[in-house]
Amino acid sequence: MENNHKKGLVKVVGTQKAVVVVVLIVLFGFFCIMSPMFRQYSTILSILDYSYYITFMAIGVTFCLITGGVDLSIGTGMICCGLVGGYMINVMGMPTIVGLLAAIVVGLIFGVINGTLVAVLNIPPFIATLGTMMVARGIGSIATGGLSQTWPVAGSENGWFRNIFKIDIGGLKLPVGFMLIIVTVIVMSIVLNKTNVGRYIIAIGSNKEATRLSGVNVVKYQMSAYIISGFFIGLAGISYAATFQAIAPGTGAGLELDAIGGAIIGGTSMNGGLGSIVGTLLGVFIMSMLKTGLPYIGLQANWQQIITCAVLIGAVFIDVQKNKKLQ
Amino acid sequence: MSEVILTMEGIDKSFPGVHALDHVNLEIRKGEVHALMGENGAGKSTLMKVLTGIYTKDSGKIIYEGKEVEYGSPKEAQDAGIVIVHQELNMLGHLSVAQNIFIGREPKKGGLIDDSRMNTEAAKLFEQLKIKIDPKEKMNRLTVGKQQMCEIAKAISHDAKIIVFDEPTAALTETEIQELFKIIRDLRKKQMGIVYISHRMDEINVITDRVTVMRDGAYVGTLITKESTKSDIINMMVGRVIYEEPKTESAISEDAPVVLKVEHLNAGKMVRDVSFSLHKGEILGFSGLMGAGRTETARALFGADKKERGEIYINGQKIEINSPSDAVKHGIGYLSEDRKRFGIVTEKTVAENATLASLDNYLSGMFINKKKENEVTEEYVKQLKIKTPGVDQLVVNLSGGNQQKAVIAKWLIKDCDILIFDEPTRGIDVGAKSEIYHLMSTLAAEGKSIIMISSEMPEILRMSDRIMVMCEGKKTGEIGIEEATQEKIMHLATQRN
Repeated sequence: MENNHKKGLVKVVGTQKAVVVVVLIVLFGFFCIMSPMFRQYSTILSILDYSYYITFMAIGVTFCLITGGVDLSIGTGMICCGLVGGYMINVMGMPTIVGLLAAIVVGLIFGVINGTLVAVLNIPPFIATLGTMMVARGIGSIATGGLSQTWPVAGSENGWFRNIFKIDIGGLKLPVGFMLIIVTVIVMSIVLNKTNVGRYIIAIGSNKEATRLSGVNVVKYQMSAYIISGFFIGLAGISYAATFQAIAPGTGAGLELDAIGGAIIGGTSMNGGLGSIVGTLLGVFIMSMLKTGLPYIGLQANWQQIITCAVLIGAVFIDVQKNKKLQ
Repeated sequence: MSEVILTMEGIDKSFPGVHALDHVNLEIRKGEVHALMGENGAGKSTLMKVLTGIYTKDSGKIIYEGKEVEYGSPKEAQDAGIVIVHQELNMLGHLSVAQNIFIGREPKKGGLIDDSRMNTEAAKLFEQLKIKIDPKEKMNRLTVGKQQMCEIAKAISHDAKIIVFDEPTAALTETEIQELFKIIRDLRKKQMGIVYISHRMDEINVITDRVTVMRDGAYVGTLITKESTKSDIINMMVGRVIYEEPKTESAISEDAPVVLKVEHLNAGKMVRDVSFSLHKGEILGFSGLMGAGRTETARALFGADKKERGEIYINGQKIEINSPSDAVKHGIGYLSEDRKRFGIVTEKTVAENATLASLDNYLSGMFINKKKENEVTEEYVKQLKIKTPGVDQLVVNLSGGNQQKAVIAKWLIKDCDILIFDEPTRGIDVGAKSEIYHLMSTLAAEGKSIIMISSEMPEILRMSDRIMVMCEGKKTGEIGIEEATQEKIMHLATQRN
């Protein structure tokens, strides 16, 4: 009974995403009107800087959420990836490329561990990934001997990787990372909606037992959701390293909630079976818009958190109301 | 005849795009059991939801105990004495029986819950109903039948004057049904008005006084049960005669090859040393009472549950089945008895459900070929006559019968040669039922081999070429359709050994 009489934007992106787009535009307009400082190119750069690593984490965790699970280890996992990669470059003197690959490999290892705990050993995802979240924080500190890691700076010989996200051409900084994000969103949307991996991940989240009884290897596909998430914390670790000067051991906890919150605002259901990568991207932008914009109108960190929380609850409330009407 | 307690008159209710109730009438008298019948989607549940305040009516009158009423919530209806005993019981498994009965209105002493008084009150209720249940027992330790008795006790504790039973016997064993009927007769004696919703024709004859039939949201008529026959009611329900006779002889020849042979299958308490074989083009009926182990046998065979022991041969070749995906690889498809939990992925489309078992065949490289997927689904939608506006329709919006057909389509698209149909017509209306029967016969004639688990005797006798009977996890016998009778089957089904 859905989708019959809807028009325009709603038809293209769905109800919740339409709301998110409108909120995003309204927020942007509001900040622009309220603060002349906000109406600057550098602000957009700063919003984007804050978006990259959260977007990568959020895209990965969207797959876990769609299976009906969750991955809480993405925050500290991302930091761990960045630390290990940084340590290999800094201390062990490896080329930058090796550090980048190491970050991804570490992410994949976390993915395989989470996937094994959840899909093979049937440990509830919340508990399993809460465990790896703590493990990741510990390993990050142990591997680096508790020292902050500084990745090569922009402009230096080994700092080329920072140009993946932001390139400086004659004094003009271009956010090329945004293109990378768009490409990733397109690719992962295709993986989710057009491949059997994605189809099975959605089916598992909708009805795991019916999917298993259809002869689908649910262990394999549930596991792949966590491995995808692991791969993306590797990417997130790289983008985090590219955005910030240094990475400190013991940090990262709490960042997973920004990513999960973004996915939920974007319409992914905590119950599984429903979600989209485009929605996740939009949700993350709302989060980082708030993070960047609120200080410009004089609201500091504590207020940011309260307002971000209100947006999150509001988005889920709209979704709950919509589902109620459908029933 | 006794006094009228409830009259629903010209009840009308529309949802966007659906005229769910079209001026429906219903009259309940004190001390009568009134059957409400109709195919799925006829509007029985909607009518009851209007009565108990879950939906508000668009127009019409509800007159209860001489006064016009309208309830805004189930709670208001309950306080007035109108209670539903739902098909799916709303029980809190970890709480005790008494705690469940008095939930939301616990007796208090000094601000704290008075458990001992609650237990005595509950015990009194059970005494009144002449049933033995310990009020302190945890709810999830009771059988479904006993849980239902607790719902009834709860209803009575609300001083109910009207109790609506929504398919109360769907999950009960024969003895439990008899016990339930005893209680219903008791309630009737106490001058309660009882609405009894059921698809089981034989129960209607046994327990009800009058029958109101609905069709497509409209009132068709009310009959006195004693004065009407099964065909009368069915004709009113579907507007056509469809009642058919049992099969008299097997449709397959003696020398048809054996496609599936199962030997010494063991899986827990419910499957103990079961052996049988299935011939090409045969419909093998699995009969037995609830809890006989038929579904468990099928699930163990299909790899859905672990088995301890047992050999499985397909076309003479020994194979290993340790998971459903093994079974599917060997061409076995399983249509579960619990469609919503194990059959369909409700919030997904017809096409996504139909290709779930065979998606690998509809890939172009890495990607799902949507065009091919839709084409094959459309082909089977046509062949199985699935009523859906399109293959992109969400399965949840289809009727029960069409959902079932979507599951069948899934296995046919996978090209399974051995199909296990577990209660294929459960919760499906009469019209769709005969379509499913026709479909099964056609499939068998085309050379598919079918195991059909059914708790309905007429269904077993009508469809099977051969009948295997189980009791308490063991196979107790096998009868060819030529010599099968209800009595013979029931004898084997109760033969404990």
